Amino acid sequence: MSDIRQLTSALAANQPAISIINGRIIDPANQIDQQMDIHLQYGKIIALGDAPANFIARQLIDASRQIVCPGLIDLRFRLRESNDETKSSIASETRAAVAGGVTALCCPPDTVPIIDNTAMVKLIRLKAETEGVARIYTLSALTQQLKGEKLSEMRKLKDAGCVGTTNALHPVKSTLVMRRALEYAASHDITVFIQAFDPWLSDGCAHEGAVSTRLGLAGIPVSAETIAIARDLQLIELSGATAHFCQLSSAKAVQLIQQAQENGLPVTADVSAHHLHLTEMDIAYFDSNCHVIPPLRTQRDQAALRQGLKSGVISSIVSDHQPHSSDAKLAPFAETEAGISAVETLLSLALKMVEDQAMQLSDVIACLTEQPAKILNLAEGTLSIGSDADICIFDPEAYWLVDREKLLSQGKNTPFHGWELKGKVNYTIKSGEIVFSTKQ
Amino acid sequence: MISKNIQLDEQGRLKHFLSIEGFKRQHLVNILDAAEPFANVHEQAVKKVPILRGKTIVNLFFEASTRTRTTFELAAKRLSADVLNININTSATSKGESLLDMLHNLEAMHCDMFIVRHSQSGAAHLIAQHVSPHISVINAGDGCHSHPSQAMLDMFTIRRHKKEFADLTVVIVGDILHSRVARSQIHALNTLGVTEVRVVGPKTLIPTQIETLGVHVYHDIHSALVGADVIIMLRLQKERMQGALLPSEDEYCHQYGLTEEKLSCAKPDAIVMHPGPINRGVEIASSIADGPQSVILEQVTNGIAIRMAVMSQTLGRSSGGNA
Repeated sequence: MSDIRQLTSALAANQPAISIINGRIIDPANQIDQQMDIHLQYGKIIALGDAPANFIARQLIDASRQIVCPGLIDLRFRLRESNDETKSSIASETRAAVAGGVTALCCPPDTVPIIDNTAMVKLIRLKAETEGVARIYTLSALTQQLKGEKLSEMRKLKDAGCVGTTNALHPVKSTLVMRRALEYAASHDITVFIQAFDPWLSDGCAHEGAVSTRLGLAGIPVSAETIAIARDLQLIELSGATAHFCQLSSAKAVQLIQQAQENGLPVTADVSAHHLHLTEMDIAYFDSNCHVIPPLRTQRDQAALRQGLKSGVISSIVSDHQPHSSDAKLAPFAETEAGISAVETLLSLALKMVEDQAMQLSDVIACLTEQPAKILNLAEGTLSIGSDADICIFDPEAYWLVDREKLLSQGKNTPFHGWELKGKVNYTIKSGEIVFSTKQ
Repeated sequence: MISKNIQLDEQGRLKHFLSIEGFKRQHLVNILDAAEPFANVHEQAVKKVPILRGKTIVNLFFEASTRTRTTFELAAKRLSADVLNININTSATSKGESLLDMLHNLEAMHCDMFIVRHSQSGAAHLIAQHVSPHISVINAGDGCHSHPSQAMLDMFTIRRHKKEFADLTVVIVGDILHSRVARSQIHALNTLGVTEVRVVGPKTLIPTQIETLGVHVYHDIHSALVGADVIIMLRLQKERMQGALLPSEDEYCHQYGLTEEKLSCAKPDAIVMHPGPINRGVEIASSIADGPQSVILEQVTNGIAIRMAVMSQTLGRSSGGNA
């Protein structure tokens, strides 16, 4: 059904066949890393290497000295925090996404209104189709209104298109409700996404440590994360659920997930790009752009997150994109909204792991494509023949200066303003259509 | 990224006074020295000096305060400045946008200095970052972060009694966790080079990794007071009895309240300080608060001199001496 729709829409748009030539193709899912051409038609990838007979490319993209990889998949992306999903935001934020090479993004259910009913799922999908330029996937609320009391209709929501379920930033306080939710999700093969916070220890705005003590800010200790992970790992074992832990922030959290994986539990984890490059020290004198949840922790934690990513305990890098108005960041630190307008720096910050000699290039790309697709059970994230032509073409050696005023996102809230980063997206293609290009 | 110290101007002189952290010893000594002549102004027939004549100073208090506001007001008036007191109910302006909007309105009235108290850590820094360049900001207490003028008046009081900072062991007792005064005192004492700073209290009231600020942590007051030259008692807020920080006022008083018996562990010439207002019979026995070792009322008097020094150094640069 959806294939037919895509096919007809591709034909209706009179989509030209495209050949991308001379690029270095990196497709971790197929273990490809070599220079070759790739050919697209009707929104699909139809050939790698030589073009098929009778193929006439209407457009030729010369990708010399550039990398051609699957379009990035961002596991955590808020279209607009604590606001309704207005026309302009879906349009502007998906435009920002494709400028960052992201062709598919996953939106948590803590929207207004909350995604705990099928009407909301349909509404977002409709808006995504009419106004969005990237694919938008949604996670359903684990409990009704995210209150942690009654289970949501997660099966219906799955059938309506939700790719997983989560209580987002609202920890389920009741161990019993959490157990039932995991059991119910397991019965229907629904992956549960967990942001691990102990509800009683998380009433702060910065990592509890030297910096929060110096600045007099209420702290969130590492144990707020590890207690919640430890509890939920026990319940995952009990229920047989598949779970994904979102945005690990501490060395001890990485350790707990590693142990669970070694014990054979079906758990995966991600980390946000900013946690790989910032620590509590970056708050300096109350820089509200560094107010994020979970908080930036110590250098030791940062090193462990990097190591966890390298070893595969953490398999995905997310942006945790949260665009905010400037007013939301203009207040005393604790009163500011948490979050970073992050999608446009996602690829470059991930690539910085290669520059820092912490990871191999193809492994970094896997964390942005193949792995998140696996976690969401999506067919995307590869350049396999026959798959949707979602592609990112970037120059791995080109530097660009992060300038908050030049971000396409409506949110200008980035702590990376003024950073010079490597890796510049030149083309983003979704379903065979060029949705972003620097060459126009 | 390390941001530059916004408290100093291009010449390294005082521009804002937001936190003790970021100042060198000489900055602090200059403020203490500048306060000396002001300490005697009140003894003159005419209590005013014309250093800030024609300047307008706004007391911007987002959090209730009597003592601090009054001493700032007195200090400003003795420097011949015009003073405007604005008390803002924080609940009405819980969002920063209205806070900054209000500041821009005040700027439009051509004020020269904001003295800011706010219940949130970082409020004074935020304001200093967003005011027009000709305006100075003085932090009169922000959340649990900083109260630098209180710390400086305490240093002034200590110097009047003890002369050399280098020989001193200073003990701070009580609720360090919520105390902006303690944080500023710790920075000031270490910057001025005292021998040792100790903090005492139950773990529930000692912030994590406080050692990184250069203090030794004690939980038993008797051992902490051994060899003490200066004892600073902090006020215990009544609301700390909620939230399982302490079992009861009685138990706190028993463990950490300063009595004659505990005081006898310190050096015989130790002075006892308190930023006020005192909970008599909770953190300190009345006989000590009113006794010969207490310098609590002197602190209040010295508060005016120190605030005159800080204001004249930030605003009346030509006549207040350079940092």
